[in-house]
Amino acid sequence: MTTDAALNADVIGKRNEHLYFALRNPKVVIGLSIVLGLLLLGLIGPLFLSSSPTAYVGPKSEAPSADYWFGTTVHGRDVFVQFAHGLRSSYLVGFLGGGIAFVIGLTIGFTAGYRGGLTDEFLNMLTNVVLVLPALVVLIVISSYMEVRGVVTQGVIIGLFSWPWVARAVRAQTFTLRNRDYVDLARLTGKRSPQIVVREVMPNMASYLLMSMILLFGGAILFASMLDFIGLGPTNAVSLGTMMQQSMAWAAIHLGLWWWFVPPGLAITAIVGALYITNVGLDEVFNPKLREM
Amino acid sequence: MLELQNVWKSYRVGALGSKKLTAVRDVSFSVSRGEVLSVVGESGSGKSTIGKMVLQLIPPTRGAVRLDGREVTARRHSDRKAYYRRVQGVFQDPFSSYNPIFKADRVFDAVRESFFPGLKRAEWQDKVDRSLTSVGLEPGAVLRKYPHQLSGGQLQRMLIARALLLDIELLVADEIISMLDASTRIDVLNLLGALKERGLGVLFVTHDLSLANYISERVIIMRHGAVVEMGATGKVFGDPRHPYSRNLLASVPQLHRKWSDAATEFEDLEPDGDREADPAPLARVGADHWVAAAA
Repeated sequence: MTTDAALNADVIGKRNEHLYFALRNPKVVIGLSIVLGLLLLGLIGPLFLSSSPTAYVGPKSEAPSADYWFGTTVHGRDVFVQFAHGLRSSYLVGFLGGGIAFVIGLTIGFTAGYRGGLTDEFLNMLTNVVLVLPALVVLIVISSYMEVRGVVTQGVIIGLFSWPWVARAVRAQTFTLRNRDYVDLARLTGKRSPQIVVREVMPNMASYLLMSMILLFGGAILFASMLDFIGLGPTNAVSLGTMMQQSMAWAAIHLGLWWWFVPPGLAITAIVGALYITNVGLDEVFNPKLREM
Repeated sequence: MLELQNVWKSYRVGALGSKKLTAVRDVSFSVSRGEVLSVVGESGSGKSTIGKMVLQLIPPTRGAVRLDGREVTARRHSDRKAYYRRVQGVFQDPFSSYNPIFKADRVFDAVRESFFPGLKRAEWQDKVDRSLTSVGLEPGAVLRKYPHQLSGGQLQRMLIARALLLDIELLVADEIISMLDASTRIDVLNLLGALKERGLGVLFVTHDLSLANYISERVIIMRHGAVVEMGATGKVFGDPRHPYSRNLLASVPQLHRKWSDAATEFEDLEPDGDREADPAPLARVGADHWVAAAA
């Protein structure tokens, strides 16, 4: 009986092992706190701020003060209000773009890898075409054709172009996993292919999928900021990238209005950097060889 | 019961399926109830492909696989599921047959979910326990454990128990003991023998002649995708007519012979030729004994 109990404890320990190591990994903890802290600010910040990010609320070009925490712009807009709203739209683009890319990449990767044959040849060709498309150029063309650009459209477009590397990696992994005997055994149990992919193949690459989700999320935020910065951002909303673009357009550097462009620039760097640090940390969690004991 | 008639299997390989690899050439045989049929051959002889075709994991390119006279290459999912109630398989590598991140008894739950959705929990547990006991396992010792906590022999026997949960008539055993150590091997083999006594047909795929001799009534020797010799085990092993069969028999290491004693003389064999061509026809050389003409 006692040995049985010990074995059970061992089993439970194994289950929570990843969580245990994740919470004790400084990289994961620091990275996640930065990302979640800024997310929180973006989510609840605008609820407490009465003014709209485009309202002219105060004196022009004022340095940070107790009234205007991040100062005001050349036109007298509150930078902190803009910052909180900008965080919100940047995260929205991240979730949308990363999420769409993740779903497409997974679907194509699993279908190609599991079915193989001609399906795989075709999907692989499609993946390679999208992979070598100069995404930035395509996005510039699409964005410049659209009259009204919103955060959502931007996220969708980014999502539609950033899935190929996930699809390729998932396909390669699925190729090796589908030849395992347990996949054949599941077929002998009368399971259908989608069920087998979800229940036998996917759990074996859960750690990889989690990490690619994080990278896609960060990549989408970075890509959106880049588009915003060259003036192809949302026309009806404020984002971190458009803040930077506006500050450049109104010569904030020359006028010495550092409070206008430093917060959004720092926030973009912090979010993307923190996501990458989290990723490295998670790699250590999932790969025991990288753990420093 | 199970019958293969002029079955061929070609794989398409290379870019856009430009090349063709023929794995099985014109194989015909049958397995009846209460019989163990061994398929013996070297790596790449097509023996595992035959097992996979019988299990409908891959479709034959040409020819027919029949169960009780009915074509089994089913198109519909429900037909296939009905087939798996009667025919089940166990594979070579016990550690690859279980998804390593789940508990091993998940294979039983999957069977319940697919085939016995209406059964009550207690009844099902009872059925699993009986099945485990019948393969010589103690339920308490193997249930609720991860695959890495169990031995290869336990895992293979659990897979046989899984197959027995269904009222199967044919078990395809693809090299099921080649990864087990010698003492567990004989246990699993004897278990197969007991199943045969109960009226189960077994298609035993192996590369080990002594195992085939130990367990099976009839044996098929394959080379380069085609049958070179088949018949009753005693006849094929007692009086091998094909040079390849003789070479195989001569290459079995024996307990009382040493490497240094004398080098075994091997006969020259024809090389692997055009696999698209019909293989050499089988000629009857005795009661239940056929041999392919050696070139």
